[in-house]
Amino acid sequence: MNARFLPYVLIAPVTFFLCVFFLYPFVLVANQAFTADGGYTMENFREVVSDWKFPISLQNTLLLAAAVVPVQLALALLMATMVNRMQKGRDLILYVWTIPLGISDLAAGIIWLAIFEQSGFLNSMLDAVGVIDKPANLLTYQNPWIVFLAIALAEIWRATAIMLVILVAGIGLIPKEYYEAAEVFGASKWKQFLRITLPLLRPSLQTALVLRVILAFEIFAVVAALGGTLFPVLMSETYAYQFDLLNSGAAAAMALIILGISIAATLVILRALRVPKGATI
Amino acid sequence: MAEIQIKNVAKKFGEYQALHDINLTISDREFMVLLGASGCGKTTLLRIICGLETATTGEVWIGGRRVDHLPPKDRGIAMVFQNYAVFPHLTVFENIGFGLRMQKLPNDEVTRRVERVAELMHIEMLLKRYSGELSGGQRQRVAVARALAMEPDVILMDEPLSNLDALLRMEMRAELKGVLAESNTTAVYVTHDQVEAMSMADRISVMHKGKIVQAASPIEVYRNPAAEFVAGFIGNPPMNFLPATATGNGQWRVAGQTFDGPDTEKTLKFAIRPEDMAPADTGLVAIAKVIEPLGAHLLVTCDVDGGMFRAVLDSDTTVKAGDRLTLAPQPDRVRWFDPETTLAVA
Ligand SMILES: Nc1ncnc2c1ncn2[C@@H]1O[C@H](COP(=O)(O)OP(=O)(O)OP(=O)(O)O)[C@@H](O)[C@H]1O
Ligand SMILES: [Mg+2]
Repeated sequence: MNARFLPYVLIAPVTFFLCVFFLYPFVLVANQAFTADGGYTMENFREVVSDWKFPISLQNTLLLAAAVVPVQLALALLMATMVNRMQKGRDLILYVWTIPLGISDLAAGIIWLAIFEQSGFLNSMLDAVGVIDKPANLLTYQNPWIVFLAIALAEIWRATAIMLVILVAGIGLIPKEYYEAAEVFGASKWKQFLRITLPLLRPSLQTALVLRVILAFEIFAVVAALGGTLFPVLMSETYAYQFDLLNSGAAAAMALIILGISIAATLVILRALRVPKGATI
Repeated sequence: MAEIQIKNVAKKFGEYQALHDINLTISDREFMVLLGASGCGKTTLLRIICGLETATTGEVWIGGRRVDHLPPKDRGIAMVFQNYAVFPHLTVFENIGFGLRMQKLPNDEVTRRVERVAELMHIEMLLKRYSGELSGGQRQRVAVARALAMEPDVILMDEPLSNLDALLRMEMRAELKGVLAESNTTAVYVTHDQVEAMSMADRISVMHKGKIVQAASPIEVYRNPAAEFVAGFIGNPPMNFLPATATGNGQWRVAGQTFDGPDTEKTLKFAIRPEDMAPADTGLVAIAKVIEPLGAHLLVTCDVDGGMFRAVLDSDTTVKAGDRLTLAPQPDRVRWFDPETTLAVA
């Protein structure tokens, strides 16, 4: 076959699959978001944005992402650096650290609910050592910060590993010689991390951050398990529009808003961590 | 003053003994070349001097100071790596200035020094580029400039020219030697290319299987190899060997001819460089096998006493395969080796 067309032929099945099962439904959703009463309109967007729960769910989503992602990034970097230095048992440690990846987000939420609820591990423990008189329900509207903290912890526990695997792969690609050169020319371990590892890791950092930030904006099941309606986020509102209020137009509009935020965040990350032409390994 | 002393250094990787009891003194401002075949431990020795590797036993002294417990940055050294290790994410300017920035020198001092060495290495027009936009030769210059910018007492180089093409290598060889001579630094230069070693070194340390076999000036190493290994390794084509039997009073019988030699009872080997012979009326009887005209010379591979023997003759010599030659060795160029110890016998 003509070598010029072969690549296109080879990617055709995937492209076809994506068009049928992603692009087409996406067009339908977009269409739905801009339609109301049979005509094209912004009505759905006006409705969801003017709802009193919209600002609070937007704020919760962004706050959660702002709290969780940097901690995950720092942890993943630390863990990746440690794993990379390991001689023996490296694979074992990596498997153990990535166990949470194999657990669904709802299950992860339920695991942490078992820790934080009234009869949960945390209460029993505090009670047993005598810090508190009797088990109290921590996850209530009186303790919004504990709810926030519980959700953030569960997310960190659950989804740091996805960044870890990407960063471990990226760090492994940096040639050892750069570190030796840096060492000879006087860079301490910390300086080597700042001046060699971080800049050379930019492509992996981009991937890891984009992936994590988008997933952070789509947080749902963990919040549902731990916060319920106490902690509205964009995704839970979308769910409520679709299945509680049976308003698909509004749900579609919410979905597009989340998409818009994700695209904006992606662009910012790609721009901030871009590698100048000619400066790749 | 930066004299390097290596005292009884040995290195083991697990069970494998990479270096055996190395003793070597490199004087201040000397250009020392470590020469040897692949895997003989050159890089390992260089990395021990540098501090990227620790010796299993022994001491390293630089400038009268014991340094083997110090990190690389406190040893007054700079290094040019085999694959350059020019940082891809920094411009040429920042690469050259990397070590100076780590020393927290003020900006104008960094600029001054970077520009000076960039000019010296003829890369001042590349300062804004990234390493991905440089050719191999330019990257090599950046690596040298980065080392020179540190104004080190000692500069260590691991096969810095091995990735360049032959022409560029020859050009850089001369240039590098000139630049280093001007900078007053002690240089340790690793290579497995004997031409590079001969042309650049003040002194060559020939290494073999983790040992230094001979450390001497290039001409001494060439003329008076201390061991059979050196004689066979240095020189292209290498030295010829023939078995010899003593006939008493320092007289030796070699391939039916009699030669003056050492006065000893042992069996020795007779050795002569291919270019130290000329056709004459009497001498070693050789049957020519292969004639290779090399332009300036004629390389004749022949058979002497049943063994392979090479002679480099004047290009005007008329000889063809199958011819019988008589080759007279220059008497003062004949060397003798003890096959038991493989060492030279005076
Ligand atoms: N980190 C290491 N672990 C185990 N063995 C090693 C290590 N580094 C080097 N060696 C061994 O030590 C010996 C000497 O290695 P070295 O790199 O010093 O050789 P070299 O003379 O520089 O060779 P080349 O010319 O190929 O670079 C080799 O046999 C090598 O396999
Ligand atoms: Mg080497």
